[in-house]
Amino acid sequence: MTVAEEADKFGLHRVGARPSLGDYLRQTWERREFIYELAKARVQKQNQQNRLGMIWVVLKPTMNAIMYGVIFGVLQGDKKGPDFPVFVVIGVFLFEFFTSSMNGGAKSITGNSALVQSLSFPRLSLPVAQITQNLLTLMPMVAVMFIYSMILGTTPKWSWFGIIPLIALFSVFNMGVALICARITVHVRDFTQILPLVTRMLFYTSGVLFSVDRILSHWPWLVTVFDFHPLYQTLQLARAMIMDNAEYNPMSWLVVGVWSLVILVVGLIFFWKAEERYGRAN
Amino acid sequence: MPISFDDLINPELHPEYEPAPIFSDDTSFIDVVKPEDIKSSTLTVDETRTPVVMVDNLHVKYQVFSSGKALGNAGARRLLQPKMRGVRTVHALKGISFVAYENESIGIIGSNGSGKSTLLRAITGLTPPADGSVYARSRPSLLGVGAALIPDLSGDKNITLGGLALGYNREQVEQMREEITKFAELEEFIDLPMRTYSSGMAARLKFAIAASKEHDILIVDEALAVGDAKFRKRSEAKIREIRENAGTVFLVSHSMNSIKETCNRCIWIEKGVQKMDGDPDTVIKAYQQHKK
Repeated sequence: MTVAEEADKFGLHRVGARPSLGDYLRQTWERREFIYELAKARVQKQNQQNRLGMIWVVLKPTMNAIMYGVIFGVLQGDKKGPDFPVFVVIGVFLFEFFTSSMNGGAKSITGNSALVQSLSFPRLSLPVAQITQNLLTLMPMVAVMFIYSMILGTTPKWSWFGIIPLIALFSVFNMGVALICARITVHVRDFTQILPLVTRMLFYTSGVLFSVDRILSHWPWLVTVFDFHPLYQTLQLARAMIMDNAEYNPMSWLVVGVWSLVILVVGLIFFWKAEERYGRAN
Repeated sequence: MPISFDDLINPELHPEYEPAPIFSDDTSFIDVVKPEDIKSSTLTVDETRTPVVMVDNLHVKYQVFSSGKALGNAGARRLLQPKMRGVRTVHALKGISFVAYENESIGIIGSNGSGKSTLLRAITGLTPPADGSVYARSRPSLLGVGAALIPDLSGDKNITLGGLALGYNREQVEQMREEITKFAELEEFIDLPMRTYSSGMAARLKFAIAASKEHDILIVDEALAVGDAKFRKRSEAKIREIRENAGTVFLVSHSMNSIKETCNRCIWIEKGVQKMDGDPDTVIKAYQQHKK
């Protein structure tokens, strides 16, 4: 009789063994209060030492939006389309959610190595806490985004509530991306070095600052590619719901939904596969 | 120029000693495991008692850069050559096997660097084994919570966070809150951020949170008794209490007296090899003889 059989006979389980995916998700769900508390604590901590405190949560993207808006507004001349300030504000504010999720997600295991090495809980809790934290910082940002839109002359309408399901889908998408990045960083630490470049590249290629239809009108095939671009489609949906005269393409919901689901499932499985690996010294 | 005595002890004049990295595939001189050192593991289970933890032929290896620095020259070479050079493998545990039963209190002894902490970490599942495995009835837990706390938050918030990290739900945390605060003697300071605490106060809070949990399989590092003399006494008493309530206890200590006092079994590890396993008095005697 092997030791494993012997252990099984007495009802002993292998320590540190990876649970089945279902059990894993259930265990993570049981930790939801910890996840929420951790996320809340980190948000509070984030800006506590700054004089302006939580105001930075909205001040930083505001300044970003002003900077990019002015630079790209001048560069694009008449190609920039109607309501360009609102266009940029929506793009920059929502994209910030993606950037922070990707960067934070990548560091969620390696940056918490002390926690990972001293307590046992499903490691999935850490990337989830990261996304929760980003979602909590996004709330005031969205409120401010609406205020800016009104200041810039957009009339409030019912379709603004459409942002809620959109952000839910966007969170699911970001969750998947964070999970994939988290595991890659565990294997290859160097990943965090090129990550800022990747996010910057995505920032300039996701239509945060320009309308694809106008800028790329000479290359119709490229416009078609952007029809399936998850980030661009998310931003376009948000713009369609918030801005006064933006075109609304219901197909975008399908594109964003399918992308989010696929990325989440891929991310979950990819992350779960290496559960035993996290916290190891090398 | 004459060299003064001050120059001799001035650390700035003497760069820190850095051993040269070993760029050789021949690492046979490091930590050689002789075949006779490894007992072939035949795990026999006493059928009349209930086994709680089974450790089967456990090997743990660490890979470290021999220079102590992670990258630099060694890193560049590593990229070019597929074989990891300048990297040495430390074989920290070399085939440990034992069965722990219910209501046993097992002391683990050995000199510094003999692999005691590695064994504890492997039992909790925090360090994955290179070979062999550990089986347990429930996940063994270490007494410790420090890593989950956030210094910028108040002690009160940290109790919530630490309690949830240990696996309690919110209600249970609320029930324990007062007791933890009282035990840590922090009633007046509990609303202040933890970073404003003295190191003793922070250690007391961490201990109080960690000690609130009941365990089936508990692992205690004796160094956990913290704080000033008064609190040390109370924390030692608390550890004893936890130990009595827990099903099975592993205790690491350099104090032979405390092992004799509390353990009914003792395992001696030397250089990662299990030397002896048995009655504490006999094992400790042999260990002390070996040290001389």
